[in-house]
Amino acid sequence: MNIRIPDPSLVILIGASGSGKSTFAHKHFKPTEILSSDFCRGLVSDDENDQSATTDAFDVLHYIAAKRLAAGKLTVIDATNVQVDARKTLHALAREYHYLTVGIVLNMPSKLCHERNEVRPDRNFKSHVVRNQTSQLRRSLRSLKREGFRNFLYVMSTPEEVEAAQVERQPLWTNRTDETGPFDIIGDIHGCYDELVELLELLGYELSNLPDGGLSVKHPQDRKVIFVGDYVDRGPKVVEVLQLVMEMHNTGVGICVPGNHDVKLARALRGKNVTQTHGLAESMSQLEHESEEVKTQIAEFIESMISHYVFDNGKLVVAHAGMKKELQGRASGRVREFALYGETTGETDEFGLPIRLNWAEEYRGSATVVYGHTPVIEPQWINRTINVDTGCVYGGKLTALRYPERELVSVPARKTYYEPAKPLLKKQTSSDLQKDEGILDINDVIGKRVISTRLNHNVTIREENTIAALEVMSRFAIDPKWLIYLPPTMSPTETTTKPNLLEHPAEGFKYYRNQGVSKVVWQEKHMGSRTIVIVCKSFEVAKARFGSAEDRIGICYTRTGRPFFDDAALENELLTQVKTAADKVGFWEDLKTEWFCLDCELMPWSVKAQELLRQQYAPVGTSARVAIDHVIGSLETAEKRGVQLNGLLDGYRQRTIAAKEYINAYQRYCWQVLSITDLRLAPFHLLAAEGAVFIDKDHLWHMQMLSKLCECAGDNLLFSTGNGIVDLSDQDSEAAAIRQWEELTAQGGEGFVIKPLDFIVKGKRGLAQPAVKCRGREYLRIIYGPEYTLEHNLERLRNRGLSHKRSLAIREFALGIEALERFVNHEPISKVHECVFGVLALESETVDPRL
Amino acid sequence: MLLTITTTYSPATDLGFLLHKHPDRLHTFSLAYGQAHVFYPEAHADRCTAALLLEIDSVGLVRKNRGQFRDSFALAEYVNDRSYVASSFMSVAIAKVFRSSLSGKSKERPELADTPIPLAAKLSTLPCRGGEKYLRRLFEPLGYTVRTERHGLDTQYPDWGDSRYFSVTLESKCRLSELLTHLYVLIPVLDDDKHYWVDEAEIRKLLKHGEEWLPDHPEQETIVNRYLKHQRRLTRQALTQLRDEEIEEVEEQTHEGEAEIEQRIGLNEIRLKRTVEVIKQSGAKRVLDLGCGEGKLLRKLMREKQFEEIVGMDVSHQTLIIAQQRLRYDRMPEKQKERLKLMQGSLCYRDKRLEGYDAAAVVEVIEHLDVPRLAAFERVLFEFASPEMVVLTTPNVEYNVKFENLPEGKLRHRDHRFEWTRAEFQSWASDVSKRFGYDVSFHPIGDTDEVVGSPTQMAVFKRESHGENIPK
Repeated sequence: MNIRIPDPSLVILIGASGSGKSTFAHKHFKPTEILSSDFCRGLVSDDENDQSATTDAFDVLHYIAAKRLAAGKLTVIDATNVQVDARKTLHALAREYHYLTVGIVLNMPSKLCHERNEVRPDRNFKSHVVRNQTSQLRRSLRSLKREGFRNFLYVMSTPEEVEAAQVERQPLWTNRTDETGPFDIIGDIHGCYDELVELLELLGYELSNLPDGGLSVKHPQDRKVIFVGDYVDRGPKVVEVLQLVMEMHNTGVGICVPGNHDVKLARALRGKNVTQTHGLAESMSQLEHESEEVKTQIAEFIESMISHYVFDNGKLVVAHAGMKKELQGRASGRVREFALYGETTGETDEFGLPIRLNWAEEYRGSATVVYGHTPVIEPQWINRTINVDTGCVYGGKLTALRYPERELVSVPARKTYYEPAKPLLKKQTSSDLQKDEGILDINDVIGKRVISTRLNHNVTIREENTIAALEVMSRFAIDPKWLIYLPPTMSPTETTTKPNLLEHPAEGFKYYRNQGVSKVVWQEKHMGSRTIVIVCKSFEVAKARFGSAEDRIGICYTRTGRPFFDDAALENELLTQVKTAADKVGFWEDLKTEWFCLDCELMPWSVKAQELLRQQYAPVGTSARVAIDHVIGSLETAEKRGVQLNGLLDGYRQRTIAAKEYINAYQRYCWQVLSITDLRLAPFHLLAAEGAVFIDKDHLWHMQMLSKLCECAGDNLLFSTGNGIVDLSDQDSEAAAIRQWEELTAQGGEGFVIKPLDFIVKGKRGLAQPAVKCRGREYLRIIYGPEYTLEHNLERLRNRGLSHKRSLAIREFALGIEALERFVNHEPISKVHECVFGVLALESETVDPRL
Repeated sequence: MLLTITTTYSPATDLGFLLHKHPDRLHTFSLAYGQAHVFYPEAHADRCTAALLLEIDSVGLVRKNRGQFRDSFALAEYVNDRSYVASSFMSVAIAKVFRSSLSGKSKERPELADTPIPLAAKLSTLPCRGGEKYLRRLFEPLGYTVRTERHGLDTQYPDWGDSRYFSVTLESKCRLSELLTHLYVLIPVLDDDKHYWVDEAEIRKLLKHGEEWLPDHPEQETIVNRYLKHQRRLTRQALTQLRDEEIEEVEEQTHEGEAEIEQRIGLNEIRLKRTVEVIKQSGAKRVLDLGCGEGKLLRKLMREKQFEEIVGMDVSHQTLIIAQQRLRYDRMPEKQKERLKLMQGSLCYRDKRLEGYDAAAVVEVIEHLDVPRLAAFERVLFEFASPEMVVLTTPNVEYNVKFENLPEGKLRHRDHRFEWTRAEFQSWASDVSKRFGYDVSFHPIGDTDEVVGSPTQMAVFKRESHGENIPK
């Protein structure tokens, strides 16, 4: 017997104990595909034959089965299943997950079963048990098909038959994942034959007349057409459309899914009693003169169509009215229903049309879904779905989506063939569009998350971190529509052993040399506050691309996604200056964009850190200064009296210098800001613009582009970052850079950031650090405290571990770039948000904040 | 970090006997967190000064206490004032270095230890939470003449204002042990912090050292509260023992500006009561408290049997833990527990868990959202969660002029992103109700002023009914 099994499906073995189910299952299926009731009994009771554990065992079995079905796995149930109730539960489970069921019956003589059980020491059933099971099975035989096995029921009655049986797996009809395209997916035609022909030609198909008056269609590059259904009704040339589509189907150049109108027409052609509304009457009258043979042919063609298809390794789904993620590639009445009609609330609107639920808005699947059914004026992407029904029959246009190019091609309707019951859905304004996909779902962010990134595989975010991030993101972050990137944390260089220092550039150079990098750049590290700046060409661009509800041309936000400025006017001034510079330097043309995103440092530090300065830095400075002064005063008086102080006084004289240097260190980064002329913005990455994340450009390119921008800026706002290249194979080059670092830090500069010349570097063990910082001795007082430079302190502080910080930096970097790439690729906002949320969540991991 | 004690008792050098430290030597003691030195800057017959110099090893301290500051701003663990100020570290040093003097014993001069002598204590840097006023309220009732010098935050930026540090001189004629005891207890009280875990043992220490003076001190309650790190249970216990009477409930000291401002008129209580009334009247059985905070409204809702299911949601996990404690969730009977659910969630994200409820309370929440994020909030609540009824309150900014302790133009709370006039609120609420199919009505909460209205404004949204025309 040849047993055909759709893959996936739920395979239910049926047979008495000892009928050979397990043996059969293990011969034909993978061990992980088989769920055996005996095994589950063992799991819950340590005894595979403990009948008192049966209820619990089946709970476990059903639970596991449900998980496998949800995941789309073929699953075999190895249990007797001779009772109708047992099978009913399994059918219900299959229905819930839109699975087909396959019944394989081992109807063996009960004597044989009993003999087999006898030889097994663990089975001490009485023979009546097997007898009962066999008779229950035989009573079921006739009704099995009706119970739900339909086309897939196989009954074997002899051991020889079982031995000879072959199992053949067939992909489900909906499964065409091997076909990768390219495709042209055409929206609802509704008898608009002329437009269809025109569109096919526009798409490059070669149409030639066949001797019988029909057309043959071919594409020189072997592209294929996928039709989303609704070929008929309302329009003028229903018969011609059907003939062309059928011809294309027969020659394999066309792939068809059914629309609700087509299905209804087929029913009418079969003589079913169907109300002839919504244009059906027109189709019927056009078909009036056709022969019965043609009509039957048409009905058969429509009836043979499969509800929907999954193409291109699961990346593309086409269905008439769309397809939810859970239903893709599944088979059931519900799936077909959804494919034809979509999901409705069951209510009707003021035009008498069903109110549709917006499944697309909630869609979070990874496959692209192309569909039609509801006419819209312009197709729009919503969460990786697109509706290509542009209402040709209503005087709109006929549209094709080229896949994988994702280009839209359309031809206008030659006339309005049919008046719509209600106005076509207007092109949604950008804010409507944002509205549709702009609502983030709590399930997009909470719980443990695994985010796949292009740069660094999967990044796992622990639940405790998402808990922390939810609060920060909700209470303090800017509108998520703007939040397309968050910068990663940055690790310092390895700790140096050079006297008086914790960090030194030589360690940074060594790190990159070990990563196989030959050239690095150093950039001056500014002591301000990290700022992400997004600038658009106009309000309109901000609205269209970012869905901004306010009139703003961009935004400045901090490394944790908070608004940088409380003062909207000041922010606007800053953005306008950057925009004006971009106008002058010709960024819009050079980058072919209407927006760009910069990674910057904004100074002075005191602008953003005022609170920190007043709460922490200044108090430490003041208390140190006052206290040490008092101590020195007392010690000096005591010394004068001749008290032996064992060097205490010298120690405090050193400490007073340290305290003063500490105060100098933070004061250096503070100045009063009265207006924008007191602000300094130093951009150092040109992160992204329309169509591009500039991680394929090296840091020299970034520096050059940005220094051009800075030169074009008026006033003092923008300024370029000092930088230089170091050849890691040349000691002189390194020494020169080190001298520069020494000079810079001696003048109070924070230090260097050292980066590989290329933006992305894969080292021996995955991604290398995108940058390491090397901070100066004085700056580090702010971080390690006034007296960290005292030798007995420094010695202990050198013992610091960087590995956690570095691992965090890599993960955050990968997530940040992923967010940008997703945004640039027009992925749904939830997909972008997932990544920035991840960065924020990782930032709540505890790591030494001094690193 | 430096405490000096001066006496002009004659012979002043007897101070050395009282402290058990010879005036001509440097005495060094090692402590768990560093070292203490005692030396005498001056030692004449008419005037003698002993100095206790505390050297805290800040780097070592961090290594010892790693993890202790997990929730606070972490860098504060490393760069902080602890090495430079008088704090609980100083109290510990006093107890260790001057142990016998603290308990009033002197081997060589027992009578002198029992005699009031002119003493002046000087603290180089004393952090005073509560300012000079509080400092004086602590020491003046004990008979001290207090002289202070306050230090600015930064000499280069005088506009940053004052720091909380004072150089303080305290003069009195008293026993040395009294002076030391007062310092021992009151330094950490002024600093309002302690570097160690506080438990019942701390009450015993307080009662021992405060025995003579704390029962009559006018600031008794704040002293006890701060000394015990604001732990309400410990504070209640200590006060009970001090006053020898049962203390029912210690009033919660609030640092929240808004609560403080509104507390005078008991506004929160009125608001919550009204909210419960309105929801109750609607007949709702399953209710949401969105932005439940520490659970004040939840507690009131739980008291009403009508509510079968009560869900408290807040964006802060930490706050929910507090709510759970305040509501004594763990000790609730099973039946009660079943009625209540606490969960973390955000009003900026659509959440299926919120669907299908009869009523939602959104009390004093929206003003904590940035205006650009209200659009998401509106959809999350009214379109998706879509309860039958929403009771929403927010401050009426017009009323702010009536709060005397609120500077003009300031909002009631630092975290408020906006406060609306009545017109603004009503226009927003009407627009929302129109867009999402609700009927809205407005209600004043608190005493209504003719000109500026009520302190809080409430909007009650009810879903428009569909089946109005169906005859019954």
